[in-house]
Amino acid sequence: MTTLAYTLSDSRVMLRRNLKHQLRYPSMTVMLVGMPIVLLLLFVYVFGGQLGAGLGAHEGRSAYLDYVVPGLLLITLASAVQGTSIMVAMDMTGGIIDRFRTMAIARASVLTGHVLGSLMQILVGIGILIGVAFGLGFHSTAGPLHWFAAIGILALFAFALIWLAVALGLAAKSVETASNTPMILLLLLFLSSGFVRTQTMPGGLRQFAEYQPFTPVADTVRGLLTGAAIGDHATAAIAWSIGIAIVAYLWAIRLYNRRRAAEPK
Amino acid sequence: MTSVSAATGIVAQDVCKSFGDHLVLDKVSLAVEEGTILALLGPNGAGKTTMVRILSTLIPADSGFMRIAGHDVVTDPDGVRALIGVTGQFSAVDNLLTGAENLRLMADLRHLGRDAGRRRAAELLEQFDLTDAADKLLSTYSGGMRRRLDLAMTLVGEPRVIFLDEPTTGLDPRSRLTMWEIVRELVSTGVTILLTTQNLDEADQLADRIAVLDRGRIVAEGTPAELKSRIPGGHVRLHFAGPDMLRSAAGLLPAAAPDQDQLVLQVPADSTVDSLRELLDELHRARVEVERLSIHTTDLDDVFLAVTGSHVTGRPDKDLTPQGAAKR
Repeated sequence: MTTLAYTLSDSRVMLRRNLKHQLRYPSMTVMLVGMPIVLLLLFVYVFGGQLGAGLGAHEGRSAYLDYVVPGLLLITLASAVQGTSIMVAMDMTGGIIDRFRTMAIARASVLTGHVLGSLMQILVGIGILIGVAFGLGFHSTAGPLHWFAAIGILALFAFALIWLAVALGLAAKSVETASNTPMILLLLLFLSSGFVRTQTMPGGLRQFAEYQPFTPVADTVRGLLTGAAIGDHATAAIAWSIGIAIVAYLWAIRLYNRRRAAEPK
Repeated sequence: MTSVSAATGIVAQDVCKSFGDHLVLDKVSLAVEEGTILALLGPNGAGKTTMVRILSTLIPADSGFMRIAGHDVVTDPDGVRALIGVTGQFSAVDNLLTGAENLRLMADLRHLGRDAGRRRAAELLEQFDLTDAADKLLSTYSGGMRRRLDLAMTLVGEPRVIFLDEPTTGLDPRSRLTMWEIVRELVSTGVTILLTTQNLDEADQLADRIAVLDRGRIVAEGTPAELKSRIPGGHVRLHFAGPDMLRSAAGLLPAAAPDQDQLVLQVPADSTVDSLRELLDELHRARVEVERLSIHTTDLDDVFLAVTGSHVTGRPDKDLTPQGAAKR
């Protein structure tokens, strides 16, 4: 086999390992997939009546459902990458990583396995959430191409956030830290157009909301699924995703290669 | 010490490593002939684990030359990794998988192919007495089972050189004996092993050669017998009832070292029955009364304590009170 073939084979083995972990650690997997659904119900049935009224539509609640689905799709991403960070930290703080490092395997395959495993988990989570949303009466104007583009944008952004979570997991000294740091992503999401329009926010916050990555991604996905205006949000969403992915990837690889190199015993 | 041919076994020359200001390894050289076991013996913090981590490509040395089975550790780490197996101090197993899955994971990463991998996994489960637990999650494994699985995982790729970092720490006596048996079998198939241990008995039992590491330096190296012969430890301690008897005995045995406070005379001697009988007869003829005696033979404890800078303490193997011989 060539080097590339070994890299692919090792990454596939690591992916399978990570998918097995997700099944063997069901409490976490179910929590990460289930939480966005619970939040969807909460936002639509508890907050939806009042928040929908603010959208100026007649059928407040159902208008808000249409508005908020992209926000919940992003919750799916943010909560899944919290799992990525935890799993990476579990690997790094356990003994198995040293075994991998003393074997002639493609070095990056450990991380690649985590990234691909999380991406698959997110795609499944997105699928389930969209199914539930349709069950609640979500109206989409999207044709197959729009759907494809929306999933593509989400997958690209997910890829960026997963690498960021991998880096956070590598940087964390303990599994607890690794489970806390990605919470910042949830906070950023709440400070975006995911749940309410940024126009309704006070000045400084509104500016912050408009210039952070979650807003263009939410607006692009919303535009693709419900026909709302996208404007230059798509470009911004793609640029943010690629930018975060590159920086996070380089940071993660650096942490991974340096890790334990200077650690006595 | 480094006369081993560079193509086989393990050779390390002048390996240095510091963590910050702390010099952990100070020009450590060692050599392990192919198909033999070298025990790297040393107290806590001596640098044993660091040495293993460096040789197994986990961390870089600051300087030094190292070859594993002919492959340079610095310039050809992947060549080294393909040949070695490492069982560290902390269990390197995947807790969310079953025993069999752990072994198959190793087989896949060694690119054995699906069928060969499954066969090898089954073989090792059998060999390590884990067949019944093969499909159980590791959370149900005992400490001894995890250690066995850990070593089995190391052996999946049939490594020619194996590093065992304190492989029996925390094991009960039975599991330790099982582990020793496994290690002996491995060596009999020509595998080269570098073993670290704090357990002198383990080094004595398993090792062809022993290198004693203390505060980052090799302070002694040789076969267990060579090391023991280097320490003049064998002696008989004679205990007396009073200073008069001690004085008479000391007069009789000029080579002995008297201790006036404890009323003890330390006589250099091996522990054969003949030399002991001769000594007692001589004392008996001179009518010197010995209250009791103890015999001390050199063991690795003496060597260890002597070369790692602590004092050799008289640790009697047996305390004898020869009432019939010394009293009338």
